[in-house]
Amino acid sequence: MNSRENLVKMIGVLDLQGGVIEHLNHLKSLGVNGRQVKKPQDIVGLSGLIIPGGESTCISKLINIFGLRKAITEEFNSGMKIWGTCAGAILLAKNIAGEAPHLALMDIEIKRNGFGSQLDSFGLHAIIKPISPRPIPLTFIRAPKITRVGTDVNILLRIDDYIAVAETPGALATVFHPELTANLSFHRYFLKKCGREIVQ
Amino acid sequence: MSSNRYELNVQLAQMLKGGVIMDVTNAKQAKIAEEAGAVAVMALERVPADIRKDGGVARMSDPAMIMEIKKSVTIPVMAKARIGHFVEAQILEALKIDYIDESEVLTPADEECHIDKSKFSIPFVCGARNLGEALRRISEGAAMIRTKGEAGTGNIVEAVRHIRAINREIRVLAGLPVEEITSFAKANGLPYELALKVKELGRLPVVNFAAGGIATPADAALMMQFGCDGIFVGSGIFKSTNPEARARAIVKAAAYFNDPAKILEASTAIGDAMPGLEISEIPKVQLLAGRGW
Repeated sequence: MNSRENLVKMIGVLDLQGGVIEHLNHLKSLGVNGRQVKKPQDIVGLSGLIIPGGESTCISKLINIFGLRKAITEEFNSGMKIWGTCAGAILLAKNIAGEAPHLALMDIEIKRNGFGSQLDSFGLHAIIKPISPRPIPLTFIRAPKITRVGTDVNILLRIDDYIAVAETPGALATVFHPELTANLSFHRYFLKKCGREIVQ
Repeated sequence: MSSNRYELNVQLAQMLKGGVIMDVTNAKQAKIAEEAGAVAVMALERVPADIRKDGGVARMSDPAMIMEIKKSVTIPVMAKARIGHFVEAQILEALKIDYIDESEVLTPADEECHIDKSKFSIPFVCGARNLGEALRRISEGAAMIRTKGEAGTGNIVEAVRHIRAINREIRVLAGLPVEEITSFAKANGLPYELALKVKELGRLPVVNFAAGGIATPADAALMMQFGCDGIFVGSGIFKSTNPEARARAIVKAAAYFNDPAKILEASTAIGDAMPGLEISEIPKVQLLAGRGW
């Protein structure tokens, strides 16, 4: 039996750079002890992996330096779910405007820094039906824009000229930061995707 | 500045955690920093070691030079304004860079007042030698704190002194009963509401980076093990013999600060560090950390 099908579905947060503790705290609020992932062996057997916000170029370099790319790709291909927030979404994209892709696990096209400088960062509320029936606060910090998705990719939220949330059976990409608000809906949703139903 | 804008600015700093911010003086250096995995660059005309050497008045950098750097990278760009020089800050905000460092490395413009940062939409980072200084800057609107260290020396001793002081004062404060906080706040120059916040959180309410004198991967890991959230490297990279290798190595050491085998790997075969300065041999008037209050 694959370790992923064991009773305890372990969730990891890639701990190289960025908003790691914020994701771990959200998981903890839902009763889940997340695993800090720094080495290839930390990835083995995970049901889900969260790639946090941060600087995508930095996280990508560290993924390569420490040999995590192969482990992430292999586990993803054998059923581990993956969720990228902001920089994490950039790492998942198969196409990035003006630069080579990083992990390339999701058929989406993304534009880094889609809104401009820090002065253009913003927050808003939106209802995203599959995630929650109530409006969710969304925080965009030097956020990217998803500009196009492949035919097998579901669009969960579209705003103006861009896509903010996209999903495939194996992956979830959000261009904003659900880990920076008190709202737990996205984390609950991702846990469900990984086979952990949180009732609270 | 709306409270929501301040929150967004604090949150941008959160996204820099675990990363290295590098001083760069032109587009080519900025590309090297970005390639090495820097989370942001600090655009300035001269690194602190040169400011120290040249003497004279150090001011905000030429906006054209900052713009050229901004155009060359996609990571956040920071730039320095003189302490108290709110018009330099207004210019940097109009330039739409990502973060302003109100910095003691430049010659202070005001010996009484720091910039009222709450009036700005753009985020500020400020230096601190102790908890009082950190909280006074936050009360003025700083969204991020860094140790002052002694910039441009390649000597970590002052940064260590500052982070130890901040950590010690937070520990003391966290252990105090509420009725003793008023006198502790008064004695140490802490804004009272922020003192209560620190007691509740057990840490500063914003991200705290290490800065001033970091020259090696081991220096970076040392400051991270003291609990700093990330690293500024000023002169340490482009005053070393192999900037590319050293930049990569410091990024690596900051990410794996708790793993001696990885720090060893990062410290090997990266050329010579910048030449260092003994603090006691620097004339008192040339010390930078005492600027600001």
